Amino acid sequence: MQKVGIVGYGCYVPIYRIKPEEIARVWGEDGERIKKSLNIEQKAVPDLDEDSATMAVEAAKNALVMAQIDSQNIDAIYVGSESHPYAVKPTASIVAEAIKATADLTAADLEFACKAGTAAIQISMGLVLADMAQYALAIGSDTAQGKPSDALEYSAGAGAAAFIIGKNNLVAEIEATYSFTTDTPDFWRRQHAEFPSHGGRFTGEPAYFKHILSATGGLFEKYGYRADDFDYFVFHQPNGKFPLEAAAKLGLEPKKVLPSLVTPKIGNTYSAASLIGLCAVLDKAKAGEKILLTSFGSGAGSDSFAITVTDKIEQARQRVKKNFEFYNKREVFIDYATYAKLKRKIKTL
Amino acid sequence: MTNIAITWRRIPERYCIIGSICKTCSTKYFPLRKFCPKCRRKGKMERYQFSPRGTIYSYTKVYAPPAGFELEAPYILAIVKLDEGPMLSAQIVNTQNVEIGDRVEMVFRVIKRDEPEGLIHYGYKFEKITD
Amino acid sequence: MRKVAIVGVGMTKFGEEWNRGFRDLILEAGIKALEDANLSGKEIDAIYCGTMAPGPLIGQEHAAALLADWMGLNPIPSTRVEAACASGGVALRQGYLAVASGLHDCVVVGGVEKMTDVPGPDVISTLGGAGDEEWELFFGATFPAIYALMAKRYMYEFNATEEQLAAVAVKNHKHGAKNKYAQFQKEIDIKTVLSSKVVAWPLKVFDCSPITDGAAAVVLMPLEKAKKIVEQPIEIVASAQASDTLALHDRESLTELKATKIAAKKAFEQAGLQPKDVDVAEVHDCFTIAEILAIEDIGFFEKGKGGTAAENSLTEIGGQIPINTSGGLKACGHPVGATGIKQAVEITWQLREQANSRQVKGAKIGLTHNVGGSGATCVIHIMKNPAKF
Repeated sequence: MQKVGIVGYGCYVPIYRIKPEEIARVWGEDGERIKKSLNIEQKAVPDLDEDSATMAVEAAKNALVMAQIDSQNIDAIYVGSESHPYAVKPTASIVAEAIKATADLTAADLEFACKAGTAAIQISMGLVLADMAQYALAIGSDTAQGKPSDALEYSAGAGAAAFIIGKNNLVAEIEATYSFTTDTPDFWRRQHAEFPSHGGRFTGEPAYFKHILSATGGLFEKYGYRADDFDYFVFHQPNGKFPLEAAAKLGLEPKKVLPSLVTPKIGNTYSAASLIGLCAVLDKAKAGEKILLTSFGSGAGSDSFAITVTDKIEQARQRVKKNFEFYNKREVFIDYATYAKLKRKIKTL
Repeated sequence: MTNIAITWRRIPERYCIIGSICKTCSTKYFPLRKFCPKCRRKGKMERYQFSPRGTIYSYTKVYAPPAGFELEAPYILAIVKLDEGPMLSAQIVNTQNVEIGDRVEMVFRVIKRDEPEGLIHYGYKFEKITD
Repeated sequence: MRKVAIVGVGMTKFGEEWNRGFRDLILEAGIKALEDANLSGKEIDAIYCGTMAPGPLIGQEHAAALLADWMGLNPIPSTRVEAACASGGVALRQGYLAVASGLHDCVVVGGVEKMTDVPGPDVISTLGGAGDEEWELFFGATFPAIYALMAKRYMYEFNATEEQLAAVAVKNHKHGAKNKYAQFQKEIDIKTVLSSKVVAWPLKVFDCSPITDGAAAVVLMPLEKAKKIVEQPIEIVASAQASDTLALHDRESLTELKATKIAAKKAFEQAGLQPKDVDVAEVHDCFTIAEILAIEDIGFFEKGKGGTAAENSLTEIGGQIPINTSGGLKACGHPVGATGIKQAVEITWQLREQANSRQVKGAKIGLTHNVGGSGATCVIHIMKNPAKF
C-alpha cells in the first residue's frame, strides 16, 4: 500500500487568556480547587473578530508555510468544528478562498463534537490514497462554547490546527487509523441553542474513556501495535486530567502523554484539542519516533492514528515561526468582564 | 441585509491582498485596478499578489466607531505601507500600542458582521511582528 | 468670459435647528440672499444647490427640484451639486461658470444640509461616504479617523503638538463667539480641547467640527450688471478646483492636500495675486489639523509652520492673516453642503465691512477654501471688493 501522511501542519491560538480563578471569582467558586481538579491553568479566548473560520485560515497558512506546496494543488478541504460561524454556509469555502485554493477543489464542513478534525484527516487520507486528491487539507477549529457558570466555562478554549495530507515529502507518515463509534449522548447542543449541554459525570467512563480506550485498543489489535511501540500518546483533552487518567488505564508513563498536553495552557479547543496536541508533539519529535493519536468526540466516537515521524520534519518545522510554542508564549490575560464582552456573553451585545 | 455582491466581488483583495501591476510602467496597485492611471490606455494590468507584510505609516486609535464597530472600540486603525509600495487602511490587532515604522503582518479576521442574521465579512487586519 | 460678482448673500443661523427642516432652511437662506440683492426673484435664470446627502439624512433626493418648487422659482433649471463637504464650493463654481460663460445673467447658488433628523451614528456613517467606502470605511475608518491619520503623520514629521492643534479650535471659538450665526458662540481654552473626549486619537471632540443644520445662499450676476443693482458687488476674481485620490492611503503625502496646493496655485494665477495679498480667508477646518494643512498648502505659511502659526495667534483677527473669522467649520458649524456657500457669505460681509465685531479692518481681498472628503476635491475662490481698488 502507498504511504500517506502529513506534508505540513500548523496551529493557531488566540492571544487572550483567562484563568479559572478569575472565572471562579465571579461565580463564588473555589478557583484553586477547580484549577487543580481540571488541571487547567488558563484558557485561550478569541478576540471579537476571531471565529472558527479565521483561526482555521491562520492555522492553514502555517501548514502551507511548512509544506511549501502550491495551494492550487489542494484538491479537498474539510473543516471540523462545532462552532462554524454559519449554521448554513461552509467554513471550508472561506478557508479555500483565503489560502487561494479555489476553485478546482471539493470542500465541506464536518461536525462530530470534538473529533470532527480527526474525521477530516481520515476523509483526506481516503481521497489522497484513492488518487482523488493530490493534497487534502484537514482542519479542526473551534471557539469552544461553555455556558456561564457551567463547569465547561472553565475549560472551553479556542484554537485551530491544520494538516495537509498527501503522499510525498511527508513530515510524518500515518501508518494506520481505526475508529470506534456508538450512540452515547454525553454532550450535545440542539439546533439554535447557544450553549452545549452535557451529562456531567456521564461524560467520563461511558463516553470519553470507553471510546478513547476502545479506539486505541482496536488500532493496536487490528494492526498489531503495542503501547511500547509509541514514543508519544496524544489524546483528546477536554481538561488537563482525562488524558493522564486514560494513560494510566493503558499503563503508560505520564511522560509519554505530557508533551501533548496543551489544554492546561489553552483550554479545551474542542475539534482542535487533540490536533493542537499533535502539533505540539510534532514540534518536538525526532525522525523515526512514533506517535499514537486518539481523538474523542461526544455523541460519541474516537479516531485513533499510528503516526511515524520522518527525517523531513527537522527542516520542515524550521520554516514555521508561528508554531505551538510561539502561540503558547503569546498571552494577554483578561478579566471576566472583558471575557464576557469578547465572548459576547452580555445579553444585549 | 447589506452588501452581498459588493463584498463577494472584493474577496480576492480582502482575503489575500491581491492587487494589480501595470506591465507597461511596473507600478503596483492595491486594491485591484483595471486601468492604469499613469499609462491610461497604454497600460496593461495584471493581477499581483502582494506580500502580507508592511510598515505602519500612520495610525490612530478610534474611540467613536461607526455603526457595526461599536464592540471593538477603541481600536487601532493604521495606514500600512506594504513592502511592495502601495498603502492601505487596516486595523491593527493583538496590541494597544503601535508606532510609526512598526513592522506588521496580515492576519485574517472578521471585519464586520451584519447582525443578527446577515453576512459575516472577512478580510485583512495586521499584527505587529519582529522580522 | 465675463467678470462675475456676488450681489446678495444670506444664511440661516447654524446649529441644531430642531424646529426647522431642510425646506425651511434653504428657503430662509435663499430669500435672505434675494432680499440682500434687492431682487424680486423674477430675474433669476438658474439655481445650483450644493448638498451632500439629503438621501441618507432626510430620505429626500432630487433636492434641486424641491428647492425650485419651495422658492417659487419653477420652471427655471435647478441643479444639485454633490462633492461631499465641498458640495457648496463646487456649486458656487458651477454658478460662477454659468454666469461667466454668458449662459445665465442671474444665478442663485444655495448650500444646505439638515443633519439632525437622523441618529448620530447614521450621520457618522453617511459622512464616511465622503471617503472610500470599500477600502477605508469598510475597515473601520471614520472621518475623524482619516484626519487623525493625517494629524499623527504631521506630528511625526514636523514635531507638531496636540496643543498646536487645540490652538486652532480655541481661535475659531474666539471668532465664533463674535458671530450671531455661529453654532457655538462661546470661547474655550486649550485645556477644554485637550481634556475633551478622544474621538480618534490625537483628535478630541473639540478638534472636530460639529453636526449642524443650516443653509446659505448667494446671488451671482455679471459684474457690469451687478454694479447697477448694488453698491458693493463682490467680484469673484478666481475660481479653481482640483481632484486627488478618494482614499487617503493612496496619496503621495499625508501632510499636505495636493488638491489644495494645485487649486490655490491656479486661483492665484487667475487672480494675478499672491497669498500675501489676501486679507481674510475662510478655510476648511473640518478638523483642527485640516486648518493647519490648509494655511500651509494655500501658501499663507511654510510647510510645517502652520501649527506654530496657530499657537502664536498669527491667524486670529488682527493677526498676520485672519483665518475663519466666521468661527470656521469648528465653531460656526458644518452643515456639510452649506459650508462652501457660508464661506462666500462671510467673505462677502468682510469685504463689504459688514462683519461687525469680527470685521477685519480694510479687508479688500478674501479667499474661500472648501474641501471634499479627505482632500479628494478642493475648490478655492478668491474675491475682491472692486470699490476698494
